[in-house]
Amino acid sequence: MFGKPSRTGRAFQYLALAGYLIFLGFPLVWLLSTAFKPPRELVQLHPTLIPSNPTLQNFVQAFTEQELGRAALNSLQVSLASAVLTVLVAMPASYALARFRSKLGTVALGWVLLSQLFPFVLLIIPIFLVLRQVGLANTHAGLVLIYVVWALPFALWMLQGFVRNIPRELEEAASVDGATRTQVLRRVVFPLLAPGLVATALFSFISAWNEFFFALVLIKTPELATLPVALARFVGIEGTARLGPLAAGSLLATLPSLIFFAFMQRRLSSGSLAGAVKG
Amino acid sequence: MTTLAERSDVERGGRSRRSGRARSDRTAVYLLLLPSLLPILVLSVFPLLRGIYLGFTDARAGRNVEVNFTGLENYRQLLGDELFWNSFKIGLLWAFGVTALQFVLALGLALLLNQQLRFRGVARVLSVVPWAMPPVVVGILWKLVYHPDAGLLNEFLYRIGADGLRANWLGDFSTALPAVIIVGVWAGMPQTTVVLLAGLQGVGRELHEAAAVDGASAWHRFRHVTLPALAPVIVAITSLDFIWNFNSFGLVYVLTAGGPGGKTMLPMLFAYEEAFRYGNYGYAAALGNAMVVIIVALLAIYLRRRMREAN
Repeated sequence: MFGKPSRTGRAFQYLALAGYLIFLGFPLVWLLSTAFKPPRELVQLHPTLIPSNPTLQNFVQAFTEQELGRAALNSLQVSLASAVLTVLVAMPASYALARFRSKLGTVALGWVLLSQLFPFVLLIIPIFLVLRQVGLANTHAGLVLIYVVWALPFALWMLQGFVRNIPRELEEAASVDGATRTQVLRRVVFPLLAPGLVATALFSFISAWNEFFFALVLIKTPELATLPVALARFVGIEGTARLGPLAAGSLLATLPSLIFFAFMQRRLSSGSLAGAVKG
Repeated sequence: MTTLAERSDVERGGRSRRSGRARSDRTAVYLLLLPSLLPILVLSVFPLLRGIYLGFTDARAGRNVEVNFTGLENYRQLLGDELFWNSFKIGLLWAFGVTALQFVLALGLALLLNQQLRFRGVARVLSVVPWAMPPVVVGILWKLVYHPDAGLLNEFLYRIGADGLRANWLGDFSTALPAVIIVGVWAGMPQTTVVLLAGLQGVGRELHEAAAVDGASAWHRFRHVTLPALAPVIVAITSLDFIWNFNSFGLVYVLTAGGPGGKTMLPMLFAYEEAFRYGNYGYAAALGNAMVVIIVALLAIYLRRRMREAN
């Protein structure tokens, strides 16, 4: 894009790239290495980058002794429920936002931007009070509710973009061919929207899976804690005394988002709509 | 906004003929929107308004506690609260530091990723990984890197013979804030990089080639072709980054919990402690209000200046 850079220019570029790779990559390598190190190597005076006797012991310990296993199940439950609910609630609204002109739509989209501005402290106290009033303060249901509402603005915004990418002509063609409104929605819109629905679900899943602040404040019973809260508590209690299980637990907490990110990238780049309408 | 105009033209054609249909359409629209709007109203708009209101009261934790409207009393108290000012200063240092470094590093990486370089794929993957990590895990990860005895950083310094530079990075008064800022940059860089890269790929190739033919140097082409074309993207992402950074919580909570000696006590951490450790709901909400006003003011200045530059 910048034409042919000189030889020294190229060398400089590779040097910079190497710097980035080290900065971005080494902390990750260190986490991996710590997770697979046996206790003896963790307390070595001069730790090595590659464990000499890699072991799975830390993973076993993290998930049996530290109750991280239960926390992971809690997280899975909450995140899945949030993802499904978000999609179900956002689907009709996003269709309406994309296809009909409505002041409400503009207002809703404005709220997406506005809600970013406000720090969570302002929200969390009243939310906490509301949830306590209806008996949902220390429950997964309450947490799911918050996650859905929290993911909704962005989910709506994202999903209505997907709806808009479905050419209107396709819907019109189907109704000219005699399809009813419901049929158009079910046979034409829904299948084409599938990637968008998947993306929305993933977004909602990840934001619930990674979320920390609401879970920290709303869930008081340790048995109900989600994985981020349990991990943070682990740091607090054990300090840095038991690095192995801590690293192992952290690694496993990252896996779902990583898998989902990889999955999403592939799905989103499929470009299956490119040839539906001639330009 | 162009899309709004596009959408309306189909409806416009049929409006006069089928006003009955249009009305039923409107009912349908509201029905479709309701399941989304209701929860947002109840659990987002209402709490927010209530939160803003709480900032003008003396609300405290506990059931059946009387709540009195106290007007600006909380803010008078805030003005004289040295701990708050301290935390606020740290918050600004953090937010500006992280946002600026994030932007510069992300722009560099995006420019590199936009070139035909080897290992580009690896860098692309690596640059997304921190984004996929929960903030708590990022905190733990860097705690391991900064660990005084078993940490990667100190071991690296030892190996290259700079033993004297070894430090208790997160525990030392002078290094804690910079150390935490680096983590913030690491965690937020991917998103910024991806956005900037997308922006770069939208910069017209023809312009570049024309400028190259005219003999413009790489730096000149970057300064006068790439940057202006990228300006809207840059303004958008740096504004968002700034808001996100100013409001961030989990990362620093795990790394230092505000320590040592309050050296990394971001405003959000400060407000959290006020609310849930000391139970001063009203005061914490007032803090939140003050933060919003400050962010909006800073953004307004920034956006206005950028607008003026563009004109």
